[in-house]
Amino acid sequence: MVSLTINGKTQQFDVPDDMPLLWVLRDVAGLTGTKFGCGMAQCGACTVHVDGAPLRACVMPVAAVAGKSVTTIEGLSPDASHPVQRAWAELDVVQCGYCQSGQIMSAAALLKAKPTPTDADIDAALSGNLCRCGTYQRIRAAVHRAAELAKG
Amino acid sequence: MSRLLPHSVVLLLLAGLAGCNSGPDPAQRQAAVDAFATVQKVFQHPRCQNCHIPGDQPLQFDEGLPHAMGVVRGPAGHGAEGLPCSTCHGEANPPASYGPHAPPGAPHWALPPPQQRMVTIGLSAPELCRMIQDKGQNGSRDFAALLKHVSEDKLVLWGWNPGGTRAPVSVPHAEFVAKFKTWTDAGAPCPTG
Repeated sequence: MVSLTINGKTQQFDVPDDMPLLWVLRDVAGLTGTKFGCGMAQCGACTVHVDGAPLRACVMPVAAVAGKSVTTIEGLSPDASHPVQRAWAELDVVQCGYCQSGQIMSAAALLKAKPTPTDADIDAALSGNLCRCGTYQRIRAAVHRAAELAKG
Repeated sequence: MSRLLPHSVVLLLLAGLAGCNSGPDPAQRQAAVDAFATVQKVFQHPRCQNCHIPGDQPLQFDEGLPHAMGVVRGPAGHGAEGLPCSTCHGEANPPASYGPHAPPGAPHWALPPPQQRMVTIGLSAPELCRMIQDKGQNGSRDFAALLKHVSEDKLVLWGWNPGGTRAPVSVPHAEFVAKFKTWTDAGAPCPTG
């Protein structure tokens, strides 16, 4: 039995210790906003926050994060009001959308670490999040916009 | 010319003799220099030198290719702000069932900090020998701290259990530590060529 606090709610999961956190989130907890992409931490689609830091959920055995606090895209804000979500909507960043929950979680992690990032900061922090639609220019613009929104 | 030497000269001579006696004898020195060849082999193995680099982009795989996804050293050696090494590298290697391409893991996965890069890659034997014991480059470690680093640091030990299809460090860990101690016990003499 593994205990996790997901989006503020502590839950027990009767799953194998080596089950990837992503499987627990999607298939057991039913939180399908976090996506499976490559399964090798090479695309970023599965990015969540664990104790506030970004993590690729597809390569992390659930036992390794037992007792920790996991935030998924569903828990980033209760009403899509997080500055990154607002900026994403305002700039209409999304095309197909598959990678976007990972992009948003990585962007939120970046802004937490660096509230006013430069283009280079954004490129460095989000270079592990791939977008087959090529929305990178809008992603970068939206991160800058989110930084402005976060300052109020 | 007086048969008696001044006291100050006698003291200097005695001090000089004492100094000679405290250093390694030629055989010990040669054994230490020979042991350093093993130290070099380990420090310049891909498992170690892939992150002990002069630039800011770590290397990966046995071939030492630039790390994919534009990964960088970052302000403290722990990756870019917003993309720390721990985003993908956990505290331990993932289970074998995750396949050979899942990122490996060990505690405090990181590069040396940018202020003290501890570069080992591409150095000649004398250069590497001097770098390892230069407190301005080695994280301010004395010989005892260096020995502890190579003996106990869990990220260092990962090099002997890298998981996946990665080649482990080719020298057994116990042999490496013994050679390292032989080298430092003799004052860490450096090869000349």
